[in-house]
Amino acid sequence: MAEATSKGKGAAMRPIAPHLQIWRWHVTMAASILTRATGIALYGGAIIAAVWFTALMLGPDAFGLVMALLGSWIGKVILFGLTVSVFYHLAAGLRHLVWDAGAGFQPRTANMSAVAAMAFAVVASIVVWALAVQIGAVR
Amino acid sequence: MTGNEFRTPLSRARGLGSAHHGVSGFLVERTTSIALVPLCLWAVYAAIKVAPLGYESAVLMLRQPVNAIMSLLLISVSFLHMREGLKVVIEDYIQTPATRIFALLLNSTLCWGLWSVAAFSILRVAFVGGPVL
Repeated sequence: MAEATSKGKGAAMRPIAPHLQIWRWHVTMAASILTRATGIALYGGAIIAAVWFTALMLGPDAFGLVMALLGSWIGKVILFGLTVSVFYHLAAGLRHLVWDAGAGFQPRTANMSAVAAMAFAVVASIVVWALAVQIGAVR
Repeated sequence: MTGNEFRTPLSRARGLGSAHHGVSGFLVERTTSIALVPLCLWAVYAAIKVAPLGYESAVLMLRQPVNAIMSLLLISVSFLHMREGLKVVIEDYIQTPATRIFALLLNSTLCWGLWSVAAFSILRVAFVGGPVL
């Protein structure tokens, strides 16, 4: 099985997949990369959520520190980024579920759903944050 | 691996072709993603509600059964989904066996560890409230 590993003797002889840089950028490719990127960002978001719950258990001091960090300008930038990530990853996940059902593969449909997912993420995030500011949840 | 088996899928695959575990990861990712649709919408709603609250109001909010249960579901399903998702990313990008195994173990450890701490915190606040003595 040695030749099947990347460091095997025959590695240089085998054809390799075209590298990312060879491809022309298209929207479905950007949508796919964004799905992964937002998924990884949300991993960070889940860590923040776990820290928040832990701080709530630990008491007012720990909770105050976490809330101060999240309420700082950089905290708000991160939270807005996470909001965009939640909505994008949600829309991208729904796209994938439709594909799993065997539909939506036509290039036109796939391009349109990619753009729709991106637009939805941006619009939904702005609407949610505008609402949060309006009701005084975010200052 | 299913059940109490110590034989690895690789060992089975070497003897008998497919290890027959290819579908389980796929299914975990799909089923958790469906559950996360309502859960993450609730998370956005709850985050806005909890954002302006002070310590005591936040504790009281999490002590409401609906919020405690939704929080538990949210973190449980999220960490399962994340573990499966990052596993695929690691398997795609890391080829060196030692680094790959280390990254996979780190991913599982982080997900289970953080889930335990968060779940304990939620239950503690829900049942006991207030700070630890």
